[in-house]
Order: sequence, then C-alpha cells, then structure tokens
Amino acid sequence: MTDPFLAALHRAVPGRVEVGDVERRLYSRDASMMSASPLAVCFPESADEVRRIVATCAEHGRPFVPRGSGTGLTGGATPLDGAVVVSTVRMNRILEVDEDSRQAWVEPGVLNLDLSRQVAEFGRPHGLHFAPDPSSQQSCSIGGNVANNSGGPHCLADGVTAAHVLAVDVVLPDGTSVRLGGAEPEPPGYDLRGVFVGSEGMFGIATAVLVRLTQNPSDVSTMLFDFDEVSNGADTVSAIIASGMVPAALEMMDRLCVRAVEDYIGAGLPVDAAAVLLVEVTGQSGRVTDDARRISEIARAHGARSVRVAADERERALLWKGRKSAFGAVARIAPNYYLHDTVVPRHRLAEALDGIYDITRRHGLMVMNVFHAGDGNLHPILVFDRREAGSMERVHAAGEEIVRLSVHCGGVLSGEHGIGLEKRDLMPLMFDEVDLAAQDLIRAVFDPDRIANPGKVLPAPARCADLQVAPTGSWI
Amino acid sequence: MTAPAPNDLGRPAPRLKDSAELVEFAALVGDSGPISIVGSATTGPHGAGRIVGAPVGLVELRVDEMTVRCRAGTMVADLQETLAEAGQRVALPASGGTVGGALARGRSDVTRLGRGPVRDALLEAIWVDHRGRLVASGGPTVKNVSGFDLVRLLVGSWGTLGPIAEVVLRTNPIPRASRWFSRPCDSPAELSRIQRETYRPASLLWDGHTLWLLAEGHEDDVARLEGPWSPEEGSPPLPGPHRVSMAPTASVEWMLARGSGATSRIAGADAERAVGAVLEVGVGIVHSTHPIERPEMDTRLVALHQRVKNLFDPDGRFNPGVDVLTIGV
Repeated sequence: MTDPFLAALHRAVPGRVEVGDVERRLYSRDASMMSASPLAVCFPESADEVRRIVATCAEHGRPFVPRGSGTGLTGGATPLDGAVVVSTVRMNRILEVDEDSRQAWVEPGVLNLDLSRQVAEFGRPHGLHFAPDPSSQQSCSIGGNVANNSGGPHCLADGVTAAHVLAVDVVLPDGTSVRLGGAEPEPPGYDLRGVFVGSEGMFGIATAVLVRLTQNPSDVSTMLFDFDEVSNGADTVSAIIASGMVPAALEMMDRLCVRAVEDYIGAGLPVDAAAVLLVEVTGQSGRVTDDARRISEIARAHGARSVRVAADERERALLWKGRKSAFGAVARIAPNYYLHDTVVPRHRLAEALDGIYDITRRHGLMVMNVFHAGDGNLHPILVFDRREAGSMERVHAAGEEIVRLSVHCGGVLSGEHGIGLEKRDLMPLMFDEVDLAAQDLIRAVFDPDRIANPGKVLPAPARCADLQVAPTGSWI
Repeated sequence: MTAPAPNDLGRPAPRLKDSAELVEFAALVGDSGPISIVGSATTGPHGAGRIVGAPVGLVELRVDEMTVRCRAGTMVADLQETLAEAGQRVALPASGGTVGGALARGRSDVTRLGRGPVRDALLEAIWVDHRGRLVASGGPTVKNVSGFDLVRLLVGSWGTLGPIAEVVLRTNPIPRASRWFSRPCDSPAELSRIQRETYRPASLLWDGHTLWLLAEGHEDDVARLEGPWSPEEGSPPLPGPHRVSMAPTASVEWMLARGSGATSRIAGADAERAVGAVLEVGVGIVHSTHPIERPEMDTRLVALHQRVKNLFDPDGRFNPGVDVLTIGV
C-alpha cells in the first residue's frame, strides 16, 4: 500500500474498503451516463464507521461521495476528482417504529418500498406507508430519497420527501456527527433538516433518518381516461385541480408511450388515443365516491372518449403496472433512452408538450412522454440508438432545449431527479449570480473545505463567489 | 409553442426582481447598519436597528396551480380572505400578523396535524441579503429540486438572515366540511387506540380527560364520526402563555406526569388543575400555564447555527440581539 490515505482508510475501517477494478468500475457512475473512476469504495455498516471514513477523508483533504442504491439519473453519485465512494447499502435496518406518532427511525440503505411493506402492518386498522414513491422505489434507498428530495406519483397530495423527513443524523464533512431536526415538531433554530434534504450528498452523509409515516386509505378509486388530443388531457388536469380536488395521483402518457406499454404488457390500453390520463382518488368512502364521480364528469366535459374504472385491486394493479412499465417498454423501440425531468406550471402543460414534440422533431428523435401531470412534472423519454453517429449529441442538444423551454414556461429545472452534474451548468437559467452565491453559502456552512461530493449542483463561477468568514464569536 | 432559442435563457427570477416595489425595498434595507424587521409588530421590533417593513399585496393567485404569489407584508387574514373566495387556503396560522412574520416565526397552529406545517407552505422566496441585494430561492412550482432548498432556512429564522420581500405559497382547497367533536379520554391506552382508528384528523387536542377532534373532508365522512364523538361548536380554549414543542411520545408522558408528577387520581387531579395543559396529539405541541424546561442544545448544532448566521449576515445587521435558538422557546 503506497498511498498513505488509502492505508489510513483501511486502518479506519478494516475490511470495509474495496479498491479492486471491478468495484471501482461498478461504482464509477449512478444510473446516468456520466462516469468517473473512484479511488476506493467503502461499505460501512454503522454510523461510527461512516464517521471514521469521513474523518479520514477530512484529515487528508480527500473528497468523498455518498451513495445510496445508485438509481440517480443526474450523475449525482458520479465520483469526480478521484473521490472515495461511501455506499450505505449495508446500513439497511429499520431501527424503530412509533405507530401512534407514525414515525420511524431507519438507516439510509433501507429501500423505499421495503419500508412501506414493513410498516404496512403497523398502526392497524389502517396500516402505514412512506408516502414518497419514486418509480424506482423497488431499488432506491431512503438515504438517496433524502439526498434528492425524491417525489413520485403520489406526492401530488402528500408532498415530496422533505415533508416526510423529520430528522436526520448526519456525519458532517469534518467527521463530526450531529442530529438535524427532531421528533418534536418545532425544534429551535434554523431548519437545517430542511436544507439538508435535497442537498445531493454535498452537506454530509445521513446515517439515520426519522421519517413520517402516512396512514393507508380505506378506499381507492383508480380511473383511466383517454383523449383524442393531448391538450384535452392537460386541460382536464387543470380543471380537476381548479375544481378544488387533489387526487392522490394524476399521471399521463402520450400516444407513443401508450403503444409501447400496451405492446409490452397488454393492459388493454387504448392504443389509438393521443393521451391517457390515470387518476387515483384515495381516502374515505364519501370523498372517494364523490370525487370519482366529479372527476369523470370533468374529463368527459373536456373530451374524454371513455372512462375505465378499475373494478378491483387486480385491475388497479394492472393500470399502475402500465404506468410503471414505460421504461421497460422503451427497450422494445430502441436500445437506448435518456429520461429527462423538468416542471412546468400545470396550466402550460399542453404548450410545453407541443414544444417538446417540436424540439425532438427538429433533432430527428423519437420522444415518449409519461409524467406526473398533476404536478406539471414532465418526463420526456428520448429514445435513440447510440450506435448511430451523432445520436448522443442530438439527445443532449434536445434535452437542453427541453430544459430551457420548461424554465421559459415559468417552470423549474428539475422536479425530482435533482441537478447533479447533468443540469449543473443550466442552473443560471433559474438563478442569477447572487442567488447562486447564496446557495454556495449554505454549502459552506456544512462543508467549508468542499470535500463532500465536489463538483455538483453549483456551476463553477458561483462557487466561492460570496464566501465571507466572520470573526469568531461575532454571532448575535 | 416554439422552443426558445438556445441563447434565450428566459429566466423568470431577474424579471421578478425587477419589480419596482422589490427594488425599492432592497434599497431601504441597504448594505449597512442594523435593521429591525417588523411584520405587523405583533412580536417586535427586535433590536434597535432601523425599522423596515416588507411590501404589501397579492401578486398572483392561481387556483389551478394551487399557488399564490404575494408580498411578505400582506396580512395573513387578508390573504386567507382572498383565497377563501377562490375556495383555497394556506397553512399559515391566524395569529394576526403578516405573511412574512408568520414565516419568520415558523409556528404552526393547532391544525398542523392535518394541514401540514408552515415550513411546507413556502415554495419560493425573494429576500434581501446583508448587502441589500434581492435573492431568489426555491421555485414557483410545488415540485422543485433545483439546487439547495434555501427557503427552508428562512422559515423560523426570525428575520435574522434577511427580510423576506415576496413569496410563493402552496395553497390547498378548503374542504367541504369541517367540524369539531369531543369525547372523554383519560388514559394513554385509549388515546393510542383512537389515534390509530381515526383517519387523518386535522387536529387532535387532549387535556388529559377530554379529546377534541377536528374532522375535515367530505360531509358524509365527517358525519360518520357522530356517535362516539359529540359535536362541538369549535376548538377548546388553549391554556397559556407557554407553548412548548416536544417529541409526540414524550409529550403524552409529560401530560401524564405533569404538576407534582403524581399520577394517582386524587393528587393528580389537583396537580392538573394547577398545571393547565392541552396537548396537540400526534404533533407534540403542549400549551401550558407553566413553563416547561427544554433539554440542552447539542454544542455541535449550536456551532452550525453560528456558522449560518456568520456567513449569511456577517455584520450582524438583521434583528440584532435575536438568538434563534432561544427566542420564543
């Protein structure tokens, strides 16, 4: 062992450090296409081991990258600058469940869907679940959800991850530990818990998370509407919200996506429709019955050709399988796809979709849209074959135009995937230098030496732009 | 629509910052000298700085987006009244103050259990930094993970990081029915059972003997509660002046052991009369006639707070003398 840093790392956590080519290649990227080679990959099994790893990095001034399940799509877990990857995959225990207060302490490596499955029996008669439900919920981890402030189809009514995380035990980039937030509703001081959620691994590593659990509804109604025009589906979405209802989910797929999914799983979807809208209403029987009726009326008034109501749990699961199988279905069209994530105001969905069709047509690309319509959260899937010369360049160019279009419509860069590397240099679309400098200040609070996941989120000119260090003791 | 040209950044924020009222407010705050920020002066002003108040007025209400953009000096009551006309409301407490003041305090009211905390209501903020510059943080849509979520830091900051000028808040539809009920409940086992059986109440308040519930939603679902629950005209009076935040489980234990700590019925009853308290069940806020000691702060957490204040307000301009760790606790 010639590198003294690696030697120190091995001493700090014996048996937890891998430096082989296979591990370094496996952990060179997340689910995005951006890769870089890590110096080593660590697999801690406790908060104390995380602390020792990070303290060693801090002592040697070496960067580290926290990593959950690696399902991120923006290069957030790509280890730049020869960083050490710290995987939380082995920290996967549910530590404590308080079923009266509906809270649970979990380790960061617990998988999202595992958590909901394991707490389903708590808090009976209703049972409990963890509300954020990203499409990758079978494989993404709670730690990753915290890092990216993840969403999912059912966040329309219940909110994104930040609304469901009450406290985080964190190893800060200097190797010390602190609890941000708490089980209590109003911990004194600044909401450091709130800024930690969504900080993309740049403020430290979460070693335990106190999550808020949500009661399962007694009644569910799942409906599928189909339309001749995409704009009719989009207008239906706005009209439902404007009428004072907030369904549990409002998901849309366009024609190409519907056809691909139907070919793939045979859910009986209307393949001649320009768009289908999946609506789910949950709650108690009075509300569910009434909302389902009113939503059907609104959809018909906006040109819905037919209404399919899931008759039982089997049919409901089939409709959802259709929604969640879109990515698998893509493979039947072309070998590669690039999934984007932007948000537009709900009332501009139709024109944003028109713009996306225009952009992809100009770049000679095929696009499938499957998205969280209720949140205005678009997910254009650019389908291509990277063996074709210039295809990646066209995909990147079209993707950037889609992001610009979304911001131009009054939307934002990302609804649930985060910024990472992918959109780092597009941050000036939303924020000017002063805004970015303020974001850099909060990073400096947590990580003055900038060793936690360096090179992400903030574009280079913004970093360090406004860092001022006040004299010790000048506070208050 | 046609996509914008690649060199057209189409950025909303600079345009929003161009508003004459916001520019004027930033100039008023300036780049030097202590500033005491007041909302409607329900709790201030803090410190002996130059007194500034945020601009007033509703900018845009979008029911189909469930968002409202307004100036921070707008009174919460005025905002709620306008929203109510459109069938919407926002999770800010009716404490008689301004939107900026409610956000700066970060205190939710007794409906937090169902309507959510104040901190989740804020989507975007335009605020003034220590150099007198307008800063935009967050984004105007409900779903947004574009960069670090600085708006979280402003909620509960008591104005110590800079005054808020304008915000976008998430709104929610006003439910069709909203009614208070009560029933006897004098044991933690009974409380636990009711907590599990009751589906997403908007509020549960308990004084040790009686449990009050606010049910919101469809009228049929609300009406179904009658029987075990008795209808009430409104919420019970809350004892004061103390309001303390505790872990929900610890707060139930405190309710049982309050006063002399005696839990026998006779001694306990006397002690409970002396120490009036109502607990927000499932939340952990205790409204009490007597102060409740808080645990010591972790020194590491105190240090992080000092770093926040030092970096965002290096000259200590904003609300001098206010310590966010102890104010209102």
